[in-house]
Amino acid sequence: MIPSIPQPRGVRLIYKAYVVAFFLWLALPLVAVSVFAFNDSQFPSLPWEGFTWGWFFGDARPQIGLFHERRILSSIWTSVFVAFWVSLLAVTVGTTNAFLFNRYSFRGRGFLYVLMLLPLVVPGIVLGISILIFSSRVAGTVQDLSGLYVEALRPGLPLVIAGQFSFITTIATLVISARLIKFDRSLEEAALNLGASPLTAVRTITIPYLMPALVGAFVVAFLMSFENFNTTLMLVGSDAPLTITMFDRLKEGSTPVLNAVSLLLMVGSGVLALVMISFQRR
Amino acid sequence: MTPGRLSFFLLLAPLVLWLGLLIVIPHIDMALVSLRARVAPGEYTPSLQNYADFFTQPLYLVTFARTAIMSILATAITLIIGFPISYYIAKIAKGRSQASLFLMCLIPFWVSELVRTFGWIILLRETGVISGLLQWAGLADQPVEMLYNDSAMMLGLVYTSMLFMVVPLTTTLESLDDAVIEAGYDLGGNGFSVLREIVIPHAMPGIVSGCIVVFMLSLGNYLTPTMLGGKDSLWFTQLIYSQFIVRFNWELGAAFGFCLLGASSLIVWGMLRLTGQTLERTMGEGS
Repeated sequence: MIPSIPQPRGVRLIYKAYVVAFFLWLALPLVAVSVFAFNDSQFPSLPWEGFTWGWFFGDARPQIGLFHERRILSSIWTSVFVAFWVSLLAVTVGTTNAFLFNRYSFRGRGFLYVLMLLPLVVPGIVLGISILIFSSRVAGTVQDLSGLYVEALRPGLPLVIAGQFSFITTIATLVISARLIKFDRSLEEAALNLGASPLTAVRTITIPYLMPALVGAFVVAFLMSFENFNTTLMLVGSDAPLTITMFDRLKEGSTPVLNAVSLLLMVGSGVLALVMISFQRR
Repeated sequence: MTPGRLSFFLLLAPLVLWLGLLIVIPHIDMALVSLRARVAPGEYTPSLQNYADFFTQPLYLVTFARTAIMSILATAITLIIGFPISYYIAKIAKGRSQASLFLMCLIPFWVSELVRTFGWIILLRETGVISGLLQWAGLADQPVEMLYNDSAMMLGLVYTSMLFMVVPLTTTLESLDDAVIEAGYDLGGNGFSVLREIVIPHAMPGIVSGCIVVFMLSLGNYLTPTMLGGKDSLWFTQLIYSQFIVRFNWELGAAFGFCLLGASSLIVWGMLRLTGQTLERTMGEGS
């Protein structure tokens, strides 16, 4: 079943039809979501009532567009805030991890490496509840001992950031390690021979070499944080990120404003993906 | 302390803080909480009561078994649907069409799972697109409800995890040399025996890592069963959520969490053992 081995035409046609059907199936729900963002009706469903931009820009009932809906706008900002901090922390720790595993051999290295991979195989909801339990125990202990109420340890954005960071860091580490392994150490040694201090050598030689991986890891972390649901669900407080807000809205029954948000998300992540790909090419 | 040792400890510190404070200690604490019972407000005694509850209450055990079986089923379906696609991308498509097909597989997964699920709701519900099309075509004379049942949920699970099957499969299949397949045919093999004795053994690492990730994602999924599943398709994560957030019974919820973690670790470990893979290799290749 490779091009150099002849196959009956019928088999080839059926195979091709299957592949086409598969890609239609992949596209179907996304197309449906996008199309109904422009339906001039209260419900994202048939019949088609005509084209409108109202679910994006409308500012009066019954069509309040997403750019005039306070709850959605503020949860988009919450998501951006969370995703920014998660990505920044994950890339920072991912970089130090990559250097640690790449440059040092020490006792317990293999054990730590497996431990570092584990967050990927722990279900997100379990990560969420374990952090929830631990942080509220710490908060309780602090309160008993000193009487202080530590807001950051109660469900809310700091915990959401910690929860997402706990597994996204593994991915950032893997992305950055994959590029660091390919780095030619003699370039760094050349810098050292020319009189650079070790830190200067890493800053001026190794980090620029790693830049595509750092940007890639940042974008991947940002997108994963933005669309995370399971871990966030267990740790969220009163400021809900976008996925949680949309989930609550969907349960109430939806208007096409959710389609508009979804389309915006698709465009946003598409743009980010393009940015990343163009960085990788350089 | 030499500068080399100093920088070693500076690099070690973030790793240890991260894994210690966010992974290891919280899980130990979760174990402790799951092993206690509340006797009075604020008073606890060590007990196995929560695990005993899990094994004696039919609702919990049945939900758990159902979730595990449905996740295995979802993994199998994803593999069967995804394999021919990966094979097509890796071996039959060439050049630019190969790259763009691969990219097209990735695109749906750049958007949130919520958006994908929402898409299926729009398509499948009673007032949805497919129901409308069926009526328009005269195949149905009243609205058809296709949402809120196990098939809809299965469709959602397979759709959501397809990427994690196709990407590792395509990567391993690409590394299979065409000449090996040709040799199989030259030695008198037919399409089926070449597939069974050459292609599948070669693709095994990709199959394993794809299956592990898909199984885990299905087992731990909350959104898809909640949005697409019906009243009878209770998912184990929903039990955990209700113990934590609705009933505030953290002890039982933590025990459930451990059962979920145990099941997922057991299956991952079993699959690795069965196929002689290691976590390092599987995860390294999958990313």
